[in-house]
Amino acid sequence: MKNFRYLDNTAILKLNKDACIGCGNCVTVCPHRVFQLHTKKAKIIDYNGCMECGACAMNCPSEAIFVNPDDGCGCAAYIIQSWISKVRGKTVNACSC
Amino acid sequence: MGSVARVGSHLSIHDYLGTIRARIGIARNQYRLNPGLYCIGKPTADSPVFVTANYKLSFDALRKELSDIDAWILVTDTRGINVWCAAGKGTFIADEVALQVKRSRLAEIVSHRELILPQLAAPGVAIYELNKKCGFKGIFGPIRAADISLYLSSGKHADERMRAVTFTFSERLVLVPVEIALIWKLFTLVILSVFILSGIGPGLFSISAAFSRGVIVSGATVIAIIAGALVTPVLLPFIPGRQFWWKGLLSGGVTGIIYVLSIKTDGSILEAISIWIWIVATASYMAMNFTGATPYTSLSGVKKEMQQGLIFQCGGACVAVLLWIASPFMV
Repeated sequence: MKNFRYLDNTAILKLNKDACIGCGNCVTVCPHRVFQLHTKKAKIIDYNGCMECGACAMNCPSEAIFVNPDDGCGCAAYIIQSWISKVRGKTVNACSC
Repeated sequence: MGSVARVGSHLSIHDYLGTIRARIGIARNQYRLNPGLYCIGKPTADSPVFVTANYKLSFDALRKELSDIDAWILVTDTRGINVWCAAGKGTFIADEVALQVKRSRLAEIVSHRELILPQLAAPGVAIYELNKKCGFKGIFGPIRAADISLYLSSGKHADERMRAVTFTFSERLVLVPVEIALIWKLFTLVILSVFILSGIGPGLFSISAAFSRGVIVSGATVIAIIAGALVTPVLLPFIPGRQFWWKGLLSGGVTGIIYVLSIKTDGSILEAISIWIWIVATASYMAMNFTGATPYTSLSGVKKEMQQGLIFQCGGACVAVLLWIASPFMV
């Protein structure tokens, strides 16, 4: 996916090296190969490749990874709906994907 | 013990027609199958168990690749949503996998204790929790079902290529029909308003103007949708810029110029400008919506670009409408 790049310095992705136990789950699951294992610790090697899918954080047994926890797959129509429903105080129906 | 449904690895014409229907948005929310255990070929107690979603497109993608493999398929209840989206929405989760393992009494059917999950289930399934929840150890297979056979033959090892998502020309193209199908309601509303607005003129309201001018804007709207929802996705890597509203603006700008030059209006230059701005703004919106279908845009990024994109699109649409209403009075 090196030929498709999205906005730089925007994704919310944090790795706490002290909490990392070096299991390598994040390396396995990341569909954009953002992580690598260096000397038994995970390392972010391509921060701007992150799409915030949350796979790494979900599969980190030591909660060393934080990813933008907001719901939503990122279709504009869904985000507009959720903004509108926030104003009206209603919950938004799931999008159709 | 109950019997296990056997499925073939060969997709029939019926399956392909169903795929086409789902891809163009017909009853795609009812395209689900019953959760539980299925088998393919003649699996034994040692055969691998693949876990998938109960969306028929996901299930078909998996079984199509298992023609040479005797295997078990455990279908989880993801409410008819595909693997990746269901994982993101929190329906494809460890608890649900564990539930289906117990319901199907998998432990009595296979002698090993291993489940192979699609890698894209990872945003929902915490793999390390599976063992304590159901006694089965989970491992992540490759992203694409097409790589399963290679994955198995290389000792259940997925290389970097198998673990990375792609967004090829054909992967982009199959997403186009549903993008267009999902906006027909909004499209109908817009076209209705267009015909009404087009009739307004110096003589208060003219039916013939409503028709002749309405047709021009309807055509422009169709062109804009093509620019935003077809041209932009297909040419995605070749259109400059990273933000989708900007890519849509560019493709709408070019197709808009072609449209304005090709229609023969007896209207003013004001009318032509109005149509062009309308196409650019609408194409920009359609392209921005495509972010939801791509496998590489982050939610933070989409929200960020929407703040600029929406201002441009709403502003553009307002200017276009004002010019459109004003143009008959200026002739």
